[in-house]
Amino acid sequence: MGKQRYTDFIVGLFMMAGIAAFVFLAIKVSGLTTFSESGTYRVKAAFTNIGDLKVRAPVTIAGVKIGRVTAIDLNPQDFKAVITMEIDNASDHIPTDSTANIFTAGLLGANYISIAPGFDETFLKNGGEIENTNQALILQNLIGQLLFSLKNPDKNTKESS
Amino acid sequence: MIGFIARLGTAGIHVCEAIGRSGWLLVRSIIRKPNFRHGFPALIEQIYSEGVLSLVIILVSGLFIGMVVSLQGYNVLEKFGTTPALGQLLALSITRELGPVVSAILFAGRAGSALTAEIGLMKATDQLSSMEMMAVDPLHRVIAPRFWGGFFSVPILATIFTTIAIYGGYLVGVHWLGVDNGAFWSGMQSNVDFRIDIVNGIIKSIVFGFAITWIAIFQGYDCVPTAEGISRATTRTVVYSSLVILGLDFVLTAMMMGGW
Repeated sequence: MGKQRYTDFIVGLFMMAGIAAFVFLAIKVSGLTTFSESGTYRVKAAFTNIGDLKVRAPVTIAGVKIGRVTAIDLNPQDFKAVITMEIDNASDHIPTDSTANIFTAGLLGANYISIAPGFDETFLKNGGEIENTNQALILQNLIGQLLFSLKNPDKNTKESS
Repeated sequence: MIGFIARLGTAGIHVCEAIGRSGWLLVRSIIRKPNFRHGFPALIEQIYSEGVLSLVIILVSGLFIGMVVSLQGYNVLEKFGTTPALGQLLALSITRELGPVVSAILFAGRAGSALTAEIGLMKATDQLSSMEMMAVDPLHRVIAPRFWGGFFSVPILATIFTTIAIYGGYLVGVHWLGVDNGAFWSGMQSNVDFRIDIVNGIIKSIVFGFAITWIAIFQGYDCVPTAEGISRATTRTVVYSSLVILGLDFVLTAMMMGGW
């Protein structure tokens, strides 16, 4: 009987290890749930162009991850992309005049949102909107502009001014 | 010439017969009224001998596979200056392919061969026939717990393998090669989808577990009851299981990629 109970115990541990591994994969690897227990709040921001930004892309301040993008919609009136992001309650002192930028991690990496804090005394709340946004830097456009300006150094200055 | 064609036909008929016998064996051993009072301890015993005892090889090889994927990936990504994408590369390649496939092949070598040899030796020493003499159905008593033990063990082993492999890749990537810790995990989390990558990987390992244990019990039950026959059956189990795993992996991946 002792051996049977030992086997039962070890098999139970084995099953629990499997479940723990599954939970690890779900939460730590795929980021299924929100990453913080302290809750989140939602903020919107409208961008002219979001480039290659995807749902679940990270939202950062000073390079530290504070939230994630939860939805990307198109506003049919002004053709702007409306980004909904979930920000951790731990960072609830983001001034309302902060600027949201879309950056690229590395030269070819994924896009993410970086919030540059402003100086306002009022802070973003649930359902708030970040008014100041800078659209994504799209490498192809930059290269196109660069080539254009290299080819026509004189015309370019006139046209762009 | 006619003899050759005749032999070809005989071989084809034998293959068909074997497939039919194996399907019949599977149906007879798993479709029956479950008997929890006797069946459950036998199942626990089999999960112990097939799953828990395979844990060491799964853990060690998972750790090393994660480490080597991380090392190789780093060297390629470094050329493009995108080393923060290492987490994503590691997690996607392991959850989608390497985790289910390698753990299933290891399981076939470690536990599938043992299953075949055990059942084959029972047959060779007439243990299965003596059970029938005592009105104990060997399919119920011997085959079914072994089948279900492997069926439940493989997905658990594959999940543990994947976890350990990602941890090994994390050790090499972050602690040794100096990839940024935050970029490693956030890149992984923003690119790995729970439904598409992790659940599909587990579905694959469930299918592989079914296939391996089916092949193993059939080869054991159907082997020629001699020392040579058992050794051939054991070899066939490992070879067929590995081929079936790789073939099924392609089919399943194609189905899953097609928006399944």
